[in-house]
Amino acid sequence: MAEREQKKRQPAAREVEEIDEAAPAGNKQGDKIKAELDELLDEIDEVLEVNAEDFVRSYVQKGGE
Amino acid sequence: MAIAKVCGIETEYGIDPRGMGEKNPIAASSVLINAYVSDLQRKVGWDFEDESPGNDARGFAREGSAAPEVETHLVNAVLTNGARYYVDHAHPEFSTPECLDALECVRYDRAGEQILVQSMAAVERLLPPGQDIVIYKNNSDRKGNSYGTHENYLVDRQVPFAKLVQHVMPHFVTRGIYTGAGKVGTEAPTGDLEVPFQLTQRADFFEEEVGLETTIKRPIVNTRDEPHADAQKYRRLHVIVGDANLAEVATFLKVGVTSIVLAMIEDDWFADRDFTLAAPVQCIRRVSYDLDLNHPLELADGRRMTALDLQWEYHDLARKYADDRGLAAVGEAVGADVLRRWEHILTGLETDPSSLSGQLDWVAKYRLLDGYRERHGLRWSDPRLAAMDLQYHDLRPGRSLFARLGTERLVSEESVAAAVSEPPTGTRAYFRGRCLQRWASSIAAANWDSIVFDLGGDPLRRVPMMEPLKGTAEMVDSLLEGCPSPAALLDRLGA
Repeated sequence: MAEREQKKRQPAAREVEEIDEAAPAGNKQGDKIKAELDELLDEIDEVLEVNAEDFVRSYVQKGGE
Repeated sequence: MAIAKVCGIETEYGIDPRGMGEKNPIAASSVLINAYVSDLQRKVGWDFEDESPGNDARGFAREGSAAPEVETHLVNAVLTNGARYYVDHAHPEFSTPECLDALECVRYDRAGEQILVQSMAAVERLLPPGQDIVIYKNNSDRKGNSYGTHENYLVDRQVPFAKLVQHVMPHFVTRGIYTGAGKVGTEAPTGDLEVPFQLTQRADFFEEEVGLETTIKRPIVNTRDEPHADAQKYRRLHVIVGDANLAEVATFLKVGVTSIVLAMIEDDWFADRDFTLAAPVQCIRRVSYDLDLNHPLELADGRRMTALDLQWEYHDLARKYADDRGLAAVGEAVGADVLRRWEHILTGLETDPSSLSGQLDWVAKYRLLDGYRERHGLRWSDPRLAAMDLQYHDLRPGRSLFARLGTERLVSEESVAAAVSEPPTGTRAYFRGRCLQRWASSIAAANWDSIVFDLGGDPLRRVPMMEPLKGTAEMVDSLLEGCPSPAALLDRLGA
């Protein structure tokens, strides 16, 4: 168990170091990811199935395997 | 010594025929596969002689247990990349060829997706306007019907089956935290527990710990004992508990970590370490419902550990195993990458799961659906979210929601395109694929462990391939090059 704690701390420690050096970049990265999701959500209605309820209801499969 | 973890993935795809009146998924699957295969030079049928899916790894067939039936009348083809493409029950199914490691498995799993995409394009040319066949790479219709994604691993026959079960069970119950493809809601009774979203597609459908069935009372550890190889030496562990993944990192870890765990079992690396769970079936669902990843699971010895704790235990044991014994059985370079990514994923799940939206299906799907839900002020029960859940898995390039998410790739598009027609070089799939490329018109049938040649007047001649690691490029390239005809090959082989 002790070893596991140690192993888990290692990557966390590395992360902290990186954030110390480049905190603004870290925030920018987070903003970028959020902006990408926003952009995706802006355009997604164009490709979504038109009638969600009908689509979900009519998607019926036979069990397999 | 652990043996090479030859591996492969079988995927039953969801199929939605549209604009054809009453839906007939069996006919639609046949039309789809025929459309693809008829574009190829010549169809080669599958040879069923050695199929015995009813054999049980425990050495018996339990009373009342239903052995799966082999449907010989349906479309069934062997492809030049060594894969099998066929109609199974009411689904198109693609089985990758035998691969040498997890990365190769990712490549052929992706090639399978491409083959389904090409099949949709081929069938579109045949169908009248207004008719369409749409393919989904998922495992559930959200109405209690599930279809499988099965992994296969070559395992040393000398390992007692009970020992395999003991050590793979906790892994199979907990690995869903990174192999899960995510699902809105549940298809199993959950009592008072509210489950707006869960980590896996499949956990709802598992009712037994160990068993032979795959279609009813599904077991976490499947005992189908059909090695498709020398049965004195090998087992094929048939793993039915996984989800179909679109995210390559998820597929890579699903196969890569499981391969390492199996090698560790073969080398007796667990020794007296035992993580047997008190109630695996309840646990596998509870893990799937636990978005916070902190639900404690009870072990048979009374300890309580979360799925993450258990995966860390397996990870740490694997790290020591790699340092001490090496990872030759799973490929040294690939094995090292599996360990590195496994640690990265577990760390991410522990600190900030949302940071893994580029690696894991369930995180990617959750992030997209939750973002949509917040933007439109929807409840999780809104059919628009259920529709997006399904459409995440839509394989049409223009409709796939997964394709828009930009998840991390491990294999290049060029290498996937090559894998659509070229076999892996490091297993017997190479011999199968090359023979089909050169002499398809002289091959009456092929299956995993043999090829049957038809040279005209003579009786059919069967070439057995009972060793998954024989028939590699290194072993047979010069032989094949020296044979101008299949007759010459058979003479050289003495078949």
